Formats: sequence, structure tokens, C-alpha cells
Amino acid sequence: MVRTYLLLAWTWLRASAQYPVSFALMTLGSFTLTGLDVAGIWIIFEHTESLGGFGLFEVMFLYGTSGLSFALADMLFGNVERLSQHVRAGSFDTMLIRPTGAFIQMATDRFGVQRLGRIAQAALVLGISLPRLDPPWSRMWMVPLMVVCGLVIFTSIFALGGALQFLLTDAPEVANAFTYGGSTLTQYPLSIYGGELVKGVTFIVPLAFVNWQPALYVLDRQDPFGLPYWLRFVAPVAALLLAVAAALAWRAGIRRYRSTGS
Amino acid sequence: MIEVDRVGRSFTVGRGRARRTVHAVRDLSFTVGAGEFVGYLGPNGAGKSTTIKMLTGILAPTSGRVRVAGLDPTRRRTALARRIGVVFGQRTTLWWDLPLKDSFELIRHLYKVDRADFHRRLDELADLLDLGGFLHTPVRQLSLGQRMRGDVTAALLHEPAVLILDEPTIGLDVVSKVAMRAFLRRLNAEHGTTVLLTTHDLGDIEKLCRRVMLIDHGRLGFDGTVDDLRATAPGRESLEEVVAHLYTA
Repeated sequence: MVRTYLLLAWTWLRASAQYPVSFALMTLGSFTLTGLDVAGIWIIFEHTESLGGFGLFEVMFLYGTSGLSFALADMLFGNVERLSQHVRAGSFDTMLIRPTGAFIQMATDRFGVQRLGRIAQAALVLGISLPRLDPPWSRMWMVPLMVVCGLVIFTSIFALGGALQFLLTDAPEVANAFTYGGSTLTQYPLSIYGGELVKGVTFIVPLAFVNWQPALYVLDRQDPFGLPYWLRFVAPVAALLLAVAAALAWRAGIRRYRSTGS
Repeated sequence: MIEVDRVGRSFTVGRGRARRTVHAVRDLSFTVGAGEFVGYLGPNGAGKSTTIKMLTGILAPTSGRVRVAGLDPTRRRTALARRIGVVFGQRTTLWWDLPLKDSFELIRHLYKVDRADFHRRLDELADLLDLGGFLHTPVRQLSLGQRMRGDVTAALLHEPAVLILDEPTIGLDVVSKVAMRAFLRRLNAEHGTTVLLTTHDLGDIEKLCRRVMLIDHGRLGFDGTVDDLRATAPGRESLEEVVAHLYTA
């Protein structure tokens, strides 16, 4: 499966290499555009000492981990959100007659590394914040783990959004609310949001495990909402459950696929 | 090789009060044996494409049982893909921006075709379908006739036992059409590949198919040889008139 993914991704990369200027501009564009996010955070901290009880570098840490997870998920699997386009164009039919899962073909379709700009930007923010926060080495193991869990969670949401489009071919925006919305939400400390919302993203759509709960552990902070301490360690479980749900939804979606005329 | 047993497929269309169920295919049964060359005819909207999509695993039937090359297409879609070749005349399965040869290389990997087998097969197909002049041209720059030859090659590189063609001659000029027919006949005769072909071009049927099935309103209206088909409407001159008669009957 990994081999097939790499092969298809490489093929698309070669195809897009015919347009090197476009590649360079888009990479630079995504780096700059997302850089504006950080400028936004800087401006907020010009006026205040803390955001939801968290300092500048803590917020940058949350931003960096969320951004890295999201940008990786987006680059590797984000294309599955274009399902309804493929359904309407009929190109989804041609994916189904090949001896490879449709998910991998969707994910690699028009694969491009333009999103490397965003990945680099998020990694840079994380790289700046971590030394300033200087968490104890004994807690650092959580950082790569949380990025991977975040990647799995965002990928699962992309897949769920794709699966939803088998039912509602006109509504990819519904999925965007959870993918791009989830990415924006987790860029800030959840303590700036209401308790009900935080319960929702902890127990229903597990966005709190992208970075918030694991970050409380890394930063050794009290949970502002008084949720149990063990929640800080269940990100892998939450990510796995969501991934299983997404895989089942995707399969069910393909079973219900109706194709188009002709 | 293909077994279709009391298969139905319905769609719910419209919303609210306008909601209704359309039966694209109903109670359809037929079998196609190994090595047969079968034409599948029907007016627009009769259920041809729906049938093809159920045979290839794209659509799940609402009722009944389908077996292609011994496999249930819905449950074993990717396994089935290795045993069948599919060509859609209306759309390409090739990679738009890649040279034809690169698309073929990719297919070799996806279908896990042995390198020696692949080259032998590609040489043979390139020769028969005269691909030499445009193997290194990106697909988007190919003419329709060239692209169709590329698509047929792509569907055959893994030496499938069954070839399913959905309007393979649509839009082709006379020269390409004649070449395509000669190729398909030879493929069926020499390799024993089972072929099922939908078309609106009765020339395809007359030149290629020993057996014709005709579907109308989701049901099989005729199944027999081309001569049997002619005999259903004696006195009519061309096969076109016979088929038109059957469609409107």
C-alpha cells in the first residue's frame, strides 16, 4: 500500500514538474500566507500577556503542533476531499476499475508538494517555541507522538468528509467545517473557547487530542476545564478509533456509490 | 465467464414529494461463456452502462447475483480488476499529463505485471494498434483515435481473461474504427479473450459479434445471433432498421 502510494505520488510529481514556476510560487505562497497567522498571534500578544491563560511561546507551540499535523495530513491525504468533483467528472469510476484502493488513488491524485511551504512554516514555529519553553526531556517523547496522532485525526476527518460526499455530492463544505475549521480551532488554546465546545471536541470529534490534551502534559499545565489527567495520554486511542470509524464510513460510502449517467 | 442472475438496480432520484425510484435494471439474467464475443445493445437510458458498472464492481446491484471471472465484483473489486480489462469510450483511464509510455509503466506496477511479460505484451499491442508514433506523447495531446488505442492497450497489458468495452468506437473516424475492429477480432480469436461490448454502431455488431443481447427498460429483450436478430423483423433491409424496430416495439 505504501509502495503504491509512493509510486502514484511520484508519478503526479513528475507530471507537475512540467510547471516548475507554478510549483515555486505556490510553495512560497503557502509559506507566506500561513506566516500571516503567526503575525496575527504576535499582534495579539502585543496587547496582552496571555491568551486563555497561555503565554506567547505556549500558544506558538500549540500552533506549531496543530499546523504540522494538519499540513502533513493535507499534503498526504487532503485530496480525498475532492471526491464530489471526481464523482461528477466520472473519473471516480476509472479509479474503481484499477486494482488499488480508491482512497490511495484519491489521496495521490494531482499530488503536489506545494504544501511543503505550510509544513516548513509550522515546523519553524514549533522549532522557535520549543527551546524557549524548554520542557523537561522526560516529557519530550509526547511531541512527535502528538504530531502523528494529529496527522491521523486530521486524515480521518478528511476521509469522513470524503465518505460524506458519497451521500451529499453537493456539500464538500460540510467537511471543510471540520478539517479547516478543526485546524483553526486547534491553533489556539482551547481555554479561550466555551466549556461545551471543548467537551464536544474532546468526546465527540476528538480534536482536543490533536494537540491540546498532549500539550497540557508536555507543558505540565493544569486542565482549565478540570477534565481528568489521564486524558492527556489517550490521543493514540482517540486517533485509532476515529481512523476505524473513517475507514468503515469510506467503505460504506463506496458501497452506496451511485456513479453518474452514461 | 460472466454470470448475471436476476439482477436489479434501482436509484432513488429527486427530493421531497418528487422523490421516486427508478429501476435502471430489473430482473436481468444472462451468462457469457469463455471466448465469446457479445454485443450489448440498447437505446440510451436502457441500462447498458448500469450493467457494465455492476459487472466491473463500480456499482453494487440492489438485488440478484453477479459473477465475473468467478468473483463477486462488489466484494472483490480490486481482485477482479486484475482479471478484467475495461475501456470507457467516453472517458480515458490514462494519466492526462503523462506520456503514454509512462501511463503504461504505472499500470505495469499497479497490476504487478512481470517486466518481461509487460514488454512482450506492449510490443505486440504497439505493433497491432500502431502506437509507435505517439508512445512518448502526453495523453492530453493525443487525438481521440490515438487516445482510444492507448486506452485499449492499457486495458490489455495485464492480459485479462475478460475485456469489457463501453462504446469503444464512439467518435472514431472510419479508418480508426476499421483498425479497432480488426484488432478486437484478432484478440478474441488468437488469445481467446472474452469480449463484451456496448455500442450504438451496428457496424461493430455485424463485423464482430457472434451473439447480441438487447436490453430495453432494464430488461433483456433479445439474446441470440445476429441472424436471429434479423429474423425478428423480416423484410427490413438493414440491421439498423431491425434494431430500431425492436427498440420502439
